[in-house]
Amino acid sequence: MSSNTITIPGIGVEEKPWLETLHEWVTTVDHKRLGILYIVYGLGFLVVGGVEALIIRIQLMHSHNDFVSPQVFNRMFTMHGTTMIFFMVMPVLFGFANYLVPLMIGARDMAFPRLNAFSFWLSAFGGLLLYFSFLGGSGLYGAGNAPDVGWWAYAPLGARAFSPGHSTDYWTLSLLVSGFGSIGTAINIIATVLCMRCPGMKLGRMPLLVWLYLVMGGMVLIAITPLSAAQIMLLVDRYLGGHFFDTQAGGSAVLWMHFFWIFGHPEVYVLVIPAFGFLSEIIPVFSRKPIFGYPVMVAATVGIGFLSLTVWAHHMFTVGMNSYANSFFAITTMAVGIPTGIKIFNWIGTMWGGRIQFKVPMLFCIGFLFQFLIAGLTGIIQASVPVDWQLSLSYFVVAHFHYVIVGGILFATFGAFYYWYPKITGRMLSERLGKWHFWLFVIGFHLTFDVMHIPGLLGMPRRIYTYEPGRGWDTLNLIVSIGAFIQAVAILVFVWNLIISYFKGAKAGSDPWDAWTLEWSTSSPPPAYNFATVPVVASARPLWDLKHPEDPDSQYE
Amino acid sequence: MQGVKNTIRTAVHLFAFLFCRMTTAAAVDPTGTNVFAPQSTPARSILHLSTFVLTITGLIFVVVFTLLVYSISKFRATSTNANSEPAQVYGSTQIELAWTIIPVLIVVVLFMATARVLHAMQDAPEPANALEVTVIGHQFWWEYRYPKLGVVTANELHIPVSDAAHPTPTFLQLLSADTDHSFWIPELAGKTDLVPNHPNRMWMDPERTGVFLGQCAQYCGTQHAKMLLRVSVDSPEDFADWVREQRQPAVADERVAAGRRVFETTSCINCHAINGTVANGRFGPDLTHLMSRTTIAAGAALNTPENLHLWIQNPDAIKHGSLMPAMQLSKSDLDELVEYLETLQ
Amino acid sequence: MSAAAIPLSETQRPWNLPYRGKVAMAGLIIAEASIFTIFVVAYLFYMGKSLTGPTPREVLETPIFFTICLLSSSLTIHYAGKVLQRGNRSAFLSLWSFTIVLGGLFLFGTGQEWHRLIYEQGLTISTNLFGTTYYSLVGLHAFHVTAGMIMLVIVAIFAFAGRVGTKHSRRIEVLSLYWHFVDAVWVVVFTVVYVLGR
Repeated sequence: MSSNTITIPGIGVEEKPWLETLHEWVTTVDHKRLGILYIVYGLGFLVVGGVEALIIRIQLMHSHNDFVSPQVFNRMFTMHGTTMIFFMVMPVLFGFANYLVPLMIGARDMAFPRLNAFSFWLSAFGGLLLYFSFLGGSGLYGAGNAPDVGWWAYAPLGARAFSPGHSTDYWTLSLLVSGFGSIGTAINIIATVLCMRCPGMKLGRMPLLVWLYLVMGGMVLIAITPLSAAQIMLLVDRYLGGHFFDTQAGGSAVLWMHFFWIFGHPEVYVLVIPAFGFLSEIIPVFSRKPIFGYPVMVAATVGIGFLSLTVWAHHMFTVGMNSYANSFFAITTMAVGIPTGIKIFNWIGTMWGGRIQFKVPMLFCIGFLFQFLIAGLTGIIQASVPVDWQLSLSYFVVAHFHYVIVGGILFATFGAFYYWYPKITGRMLSERLGKWHFWLFVIGFHLTFDVMHIPGLLGMPRRIYTYEPGRGWDTLNLIVSIGAFIQAVAILVFVWNLIISYFKGAKAGSDPWDAWTLEWSTSSPPPAYNFATVPVVASARPLWDLKHPEDPDSQYE
Repeated sequence: MQGVKNTIRTAVHLFAFLFCRMTTAAAVDPTGTNVFAPQSTPARSILHLSTFVLTITGLIFVVVFTLLVYSISKFRATSTNANSEPAQVYGSTQIELAWTIIPVLIVVVLFMATARVLHAMQDAPEPANALEVTVIGHQFWWEYRYPKLGVVTANELHIPVSDAAHPTPTFLQLLSADTDHSFWIPELAGKTDLVPNHPNRMWMDPERTGVFLGQCAQYCGTQHAKMLLRVSVDSPEDFADWVREQRQPAVADERVAAGRRVFETTSCINCHAINGTVANGRFGPDLTHLMSRTTIAAGAALNTPENLHLWIQNPDAIKHGSLMPAMQLSKSDLDELVEYLETLQ
Repeated sequence: MSAAAIPLSETQRPWNLPYRGKVAMAGLIIAEASIFTIFVVAYLFYMGKSLTGPTPREVLETPIFFTICLLSSSLTIHYAGKVLQRGNRSAFLSLWSFTIVLGGLFLFGTGQEWHRLIYEQGLTISTNLFGTTYYSLVGLHAFHVTAGMIMLVIVAIFAFAGRVGTKHSRRIEVLSLYWHFVDAVWVVVFTVVYVLGR
C-alpha cells in the first residue's frame, strides 16, 4: 500500500508569500483544491443561511411578534431557501464530487480541469450576485432589496407588476449564472466517470459514490435546465414585455409552476443522491462488510433518477389539476418511495451481521437512517392527494422537507466531513467534539422538526411573518425556535472542530479507517498528482483485496 | 448502548404523547383550525383517509425502526469480536425480491384508497340546491359574490349549515384578481388555490353552525400572513336574514351626511363601492354593509371605531404593506367619515 | 500498488474508454435539449391561446430555402470532418467554409423574416402570446446557431493559417456534433412553428 505514496521530496516545502498562495488558489485547476473551495464556500453560506433561519425563528417565537417587519421576514425566508439549496448544499456536494471522484477512480484529475475552475467561479459569482441584492436591489422606492418572492418565485408574483424594482432580477440572474456552473460541473463529472477510470475499473467495480455522482450529474443536466429556461422566460416577461406568465394576456401562472417543479423536484433528488452515496461508502466501512446488494443499489438509484422526473406536480395538488392528473402524480410519487425504501433496507442489510463501530461518521449515518425513514413516510402521507389538500402549504410540509434536507442530507454530509476530513487535511477531526456536535444537533433537530409538524396539522400555513394568538401555535413555535438555537450551537461546535483539528488534530496517515477504496491508498493529503503510478483494480474493493489476499473480492466477481 | 436505546424509547413515547394530546385537543377544539376536528364532509373524508394512510405508514415505521434498533444493538463491535472481520456478505436475491414486492403491494393499496377519495371529492356533482359563491382573491383580502342572490361582500363569508338528511352544500368558484392565493378552512375542507386565469372549484357542507377560521395559504406578497378567513355558518333562517340585509342598498342616515360627503369627494370611491352612492370602485372591499362584519382588514383588526380611524389614517400600523393608502384626512373629516361608516349596517 | 492480488488478466486486458470530448458534448447536448424542450412545450401550450394580435397563419411564411441551407450545412460539416481525417486539408477548408456560408445564410434568413414580421406585420415579442413564444423559441435557436458560427469561424481562422490537421479530427468531430444538434433542433422548431402551429 505504501508503495503508492511515493512523494517526490523537496517540492513545495519552501515558505511562500501569502499573496502567491492566494494566487495559486484563485487560479487553481486542481480538482482537490477546487473541491476544498466549493466546500468552504458552501460552509460560509451554511452560516449565512442559518442566521436567516434564526431571524425567522425569533420572529415566529410568539404570535404578533415584531422582531422584523413583514418585508424583512419575506426576504429572509426567500433568501434562506435559495441560499441553502443553491449556495450551501449544491456547492458542498459538488465539492465532495470534485475531491473524491478522481481519487476513487484512480485518475489524476477531472476530465476538464479548466472547465472545472470556470464552473466553480461561475457558481461562486452567482452566490455573491444574490447577496449583492441587499445593496443593489432597490428599484422603485419601497420596492425592497433582496428578493422576497419565495424561492419558487411563483407567477405572477415575480412579474414586474407585483415585483417592481430589481430584487426578483437578482434572484433570477444569480440562479441562472450558478445554474450554468452546475451544468459545467455535471458535464465534467460524467466525462470523468465515463472516460477517466483506471484500468480494470469497469462500471461494476466503481465505488457506489461514483455511481451516484454519475446519476446526479445526469439529473443535473436534465433538471436544472428547465429552471434556466423558465428564468429566461421570466426575464423576457420582465424586460422585453413578454407574456409567458402574464395572466392578463392569457398567459398561465400554472405553467410557471409546472416548469419550476419539473426542475424543483428532481433537484431535491440531485441533493439527496450524493447523500445516499456518502452512506454507501461510510456504512460498509464501519460495519466491516461490503455494501449489501451493490447491483440493486445501482439499479435503485437509476430508478429513482428516472422516477423523480415523473412526480413534480405533487407540489401542485392544490392548484386545481383534474382528478386524473392528480391520480397520476399520486401513484408516481408513491412509486418513487419503493426504490428509496429498498436502499434503506440494503443499508440495514449491510449493518446486519457486521461489527459496527460507532465512530462519528457512523453516528451521523445512523441518524440519517432514522430520520430519512420518517421523512420518506411523511412524504408518502402527502402523496395521498386529499390528505395533501390539508397538509400542503402548511408547516407540515416545511417540517417534512427539512426532515429530508437537514435530518437526511445534512446529517449524511456531516458524516462525509468526519470521514474524509483526514484524507483532505491529513488530520483527524476530534471524536469528542464530533460527539458533542452530533448529540447537540440531534436534540436541536428533533426539538425543532418533530414539533414543527404539529402547527401544520393545526392549520398554520407557511411563509407567514406572524400569526394570530389563540390558534394554539404559540408554545409549539417557541419550542421549534429553541431547537433552532440548539442546532446553531451544534454548528458552531462543528466549525470549531474543523478549525482546531486542522492545527491540533491527530495525524491521520493514509488510511485511518481501514477502508477499501482507492482514495485511501494515497497519502493524506494526496500529492498534486494523486497517484505515483496509475492503479489497476480487479474488484470494487481494491484495498480489501490487498489487505486480504487470501480472500479477495475479485474471486467472487 | 443501553443509554441510546433508552433515549430512543423516551423520544418515541414523547412523540406519541404529543400526538395523542393534539388529537384529543381536537375534541375540545379551542383553535378552530385543527385538521383533526372536521365539521364537513370533505374534511371528514380527508381525516378518514389520513387515518388509514397513517396506520399503514405507522406500521412501516415500527417495522423498519425495530430492524434499525436491533441491528445497531446486536451487531456492534465488541472487545472480543473487533479483531476479525465478519462474514463478507454481498447480497441476497430472495431478500431483495421480498422487500421490493411488499412495498409495491403497499403502494397499490395506498393508491387505490387515495384515488377513490380523490375522485369522490373532486368530481362530486353539484346538486341543484347548492349555494354558489364566487370567491375572488385580492392582495390581501377576499371578495365574495353570490351570483344567484345578488350579494357582494368581503372578507367574512356567510354560508348555510347543511343538514345531513337534506344537504345544502356550498360550492365555491375560486378566482384571483392578482397573484396566487389559497382558501383554507381546515375544519371544513382541504385547501384549493385561487390562481389568476385558472378558475377552480371546491365545496363544503358544514355540519354545525358557528364561526370557522382559516387564512390564505399561498404566499401572495407582503401581507399574506394577515389575509385571514372567517366563515360564519348560519342556520337557514339566519342565513336568509343575512342575505336579505346584504341585498339592501346602503343605509342613508341624514345625520351622517357630512361623513358621506367626505367619502364621496375623496379618492375612497376609486377603490371602494357603497351600493346606493356614486362609489363603485372594485379594487378594495365593498363597504355597503361594513358594520355587519366583526373584523376589518381581512381579519387583521376588530371592527371598532378606533380601529377604523387608525386603518384609514395609518393602515401600516395595522397591516404594514397592505395596499390601503394612508388617506391624509384632517381630524374632523376623519371623524365624520368614521361616523358615516359606522352607520353602514 | 502491489500487483500481487491483482490477476494478471486485468493488467493485460486492453483498456479503452470513450473520448471525453464526445462524452462532454453529449452531456451539453442533453442539457440544451432540455432547455429547448421547455420552450417548445411553452410554444405548444400557448398555440391558439393569444387573446389578440396576428396569428401564425396570418403572418408566417415557411422558410424552406433557409431550412435547406441549414440542413445542408450538416452534410457539409460531416464531410469536412471526413476529409480532414484522411488528411485532405484543402478539401476540409472548402467544405468548412461552405458550412459557414450556409449557416450565415440561415441567420440572414431569420433576420430577414424578423424584420418583415416586426416592421410589416407588427408582430413583436410583446404583441401577444404567439409573439412571445415565437421570438423566444426561434431566437433561442438562432442564438445557438450564432454561438456555433463563432466556433466555426474560429476554427476557420486556424485552418486558413494552416494550423488544423488530422490530429484535430476528434475535436472537429465534437464541434460537428454540436452543429448537428443545432440542426436537429431546427427540425423540431420548424415542425412545431411552421407545420403544427399554422
